[in-house]
Amino acid sequence: MATSTLSQQDSRLAVHSLFKRARGGDEIAYLLTLASAVGILVIVGLIVVELWINSQPTVHRFGFSFLTGTRWDPNGDHFGALPFIYGTCVTSLLALLIAVPFGVAASIFLAEMAPPGISNVLTFLIELLAAVPSVIYGLIGIFVLVPFNRDYLVPVLTHLFGYLPIFKGDFYGVSFLSAGLVLSVMVVPFIVSVSREVLLAVPREQREASLALGTTKWETTWQIVIPNASTGIIGSIFLALARALGETMAVTMVIGNTPKITASLLSPGYSIAAVIANEFAEASGSLYVSSLIFLGLVLFGLTIVINALARIFVITTQRRGS
Amino acid sequence: MSHIVVNTLTILRTFVCVSEANSQLRFAQTGEQIQRMTNSTFLRGTWVKLTLVAGTALALTQPVLAQTTLTGAGATFPEPIYTKWFSQYQSIGKVQISYTANGSGGGIKAVTDGTTDFGASDMPMTDEQISAFKEKQKGSILLFPTVLGAVVPSYNLPGVSKPLNFTPEALAGIFLGKITNWNSPEIAKANGGVSLPDLKIVVVHRSDGSGTTFCFTDYLSKVNSEWKSKVGKGTSPEWPTGLGAKGNAGVSGLLIQQKGAIGYVELIYAIKNKLPYGNVKNKSGEFVKADLASVTAAAAALKAMPADFRVSITDEEGKGVYPISTFTWLLVPSKFADSSKEKAIVGFLKWAISSGQSMVESEDYAKLPASVVAQEQKQIGSIQ
Repeated sequence: MATSTLSQQDSRLAVHSLFKRARGGDEIAYLLTLASAVGILVIVGLIVVELWINSQPTVHRFGFSFLTGTRWDPNGDHFGALPFIYGTCVTSLLALLIAVPFGVAASIFLAEMAPPGISNVLTFLIELLAAVPSVIYGLIGIFVLVPFNRDYLVPVLTHLFGYLPIFKGDFYGVSFLSAGLVLSVMVVPFIVSVSREVLLAVPREQREASLALGTTKWETTWQIVIPNASTGIIGSIFLALARALGETMAVTMVIGNTPKITASLLSPGYSIAAVIANEFAEASGSLYVSSLIFLGLVLFGLTIVINALARIFVITTQRRGS
Repeated sequence: MSHIVVNTLTILRTFVCVSEANSQLRFAQTGEQIQRMTNSTFLRGTWVKLTLVAGTALALTQPVLAQTTLTGAGATFPEPIYTKWFSQYQSIGKVQISYTANGSGGGIKAVTDGTTDFGASDMPMTDEQISAFKEKQKGSILLFPTVLGAVVPSYNLPGVSKPLNFTPEALAGIFLGKITNWNSPEIAKANGGVSLPDLKIVVVHRSDGSGTTFCFTDYLSKVNSEWKSKVGKGTSPEWPTGLGAKGNAGVSGLLIQQKGAIGYVELIYAIKNKLPYGNVKNKSGEFVKADLASVTAAAAALKAMPADFRVSITDEEGKGVYPISTFTWLLVPSKFADSSKEKAIVGFLKWAISSGQSMVESEDYAKLPASVVAQEQKQIGSIQ
């Protein structure tokens, strides 16, 4: 009886001291934030481990040749990932090629030139674009963009640049080009809203100092504000790239779902996310399922590699610049 | 210390009340009766306690939980009729059946893993899938044909209003990428009097794995040896040519926009969306339009139905038989650990193949022929 009272007292003391220490909050804040950060890492790690375990049949059967194989024949148990890797890269890069100039230009206008009222309304509208479900983008892609491409855009492109291999061949609407265009609209809001915030965060004193030296407004924007905000702008582009690489629904609706590698942007293709979404539900046989899971791991790896390459590119160019 | 005991007792007592309410509600026949019982004094008292302890949300779900519930997953093609059946049968058999249309492969997987009570598939389970089920669930799986469907060639050909006739050779040639123009002699031969345009053929196929694709490629494999050796049958084969579109909606979307396009869709989808579709030449040499009668005829033409119902009815021989037809199956384990579930599924199956069949045609599905129904009734008896 006596010991139990004692231990009760002990525990009360312990609780008391914990509360006392918590008033400062440092330890608790440290632990909570650490747990969150570690938690994210653990989840990522578990995803990789789970994908790796479930893709073992494919790893054993094909090994590295899975990454370079160009045939995808579930009936013949023949699986190769290259057409999907190619399609994912081509559509994402095309999307960035279109979205980055537009997105950055729009964010410069919204942050530096537009009156605040207009800027806020426009930013709100652009951010709305990010909230549109991707299936809606896909449907607009099929019923509006694809006919528009077929009737207006592609005839002009082939007339002007038909000699280039990227604009050769028949065009049926669904293609790398259509997928890239839909993706570019989908990723623009990420670039605009993040870049605008970053530009607005550049200290006012920097602009005033530059203007005081007699530069024009554009010179200040171009030479002072943008270099200051460049890290943030590049960050927004990474975000856009990640979104483009993983987009599934909208892409599968307009890309044509044909696992072929062709130089022409007018041809139909396929992407990793699209083939997983299309075939996973009906996949039968362990090799087929594990190949689709391995594709998921490949997409994961692809995202990391592309992000790393982009980061290295940024670091080297920045050093050269300064 | 003592107040904790009192609290626990109160909670326990409430649970007893809830289960009493459940047992009463289980015998409630219709919503009306439930309503009447809810108004009775006994239940009103129970509801008050429930509301106090567990909150209104829990109380509202009680009448539903009182019924036997079954879960199923699988084929999307029969989903409209299944949904109708399940909602009708809920009041007849006091069984609540929820169904997730996640594809035939998904249905086979779900019932094999035991995550649902039954599965549904547009293609018969393979030997490999059946032995996988046996290994996991330590029992056998029974296949029950429920309704019939068909796959039709649909196209976008400006200026051609009469349904086109397709021979098996023409269909295989088009989908192999060997016949590339609408005015080619292979197509013209079967369509005397129709002026076919000089237009490139654009093949459209499903990109998502699908029972529709399985039925169509199963047919092509039967009628064309080159198709069989080069492509074969499957839910997503390696297509020699053409564009892939997601779902029936994706295929019809491309068909509507692309002049010269040809694809294949489910008969019901073509009827409901008023897509033009062609006649197909059957084994007896007639060009047959797909409709409810010609699809049922395909099932009736089957000479010997195997005991396990695993059969393909594409390319059947007989008068008025539409050759790209298929059964769709419910996949039901032969043993249920829970006897109320077993009773519920037996009751439902009996109802679906008898009274349920009268609802089928209004949803544009073809009915089972009488011979199949008789054979299925025997199999229902083997569910334990």
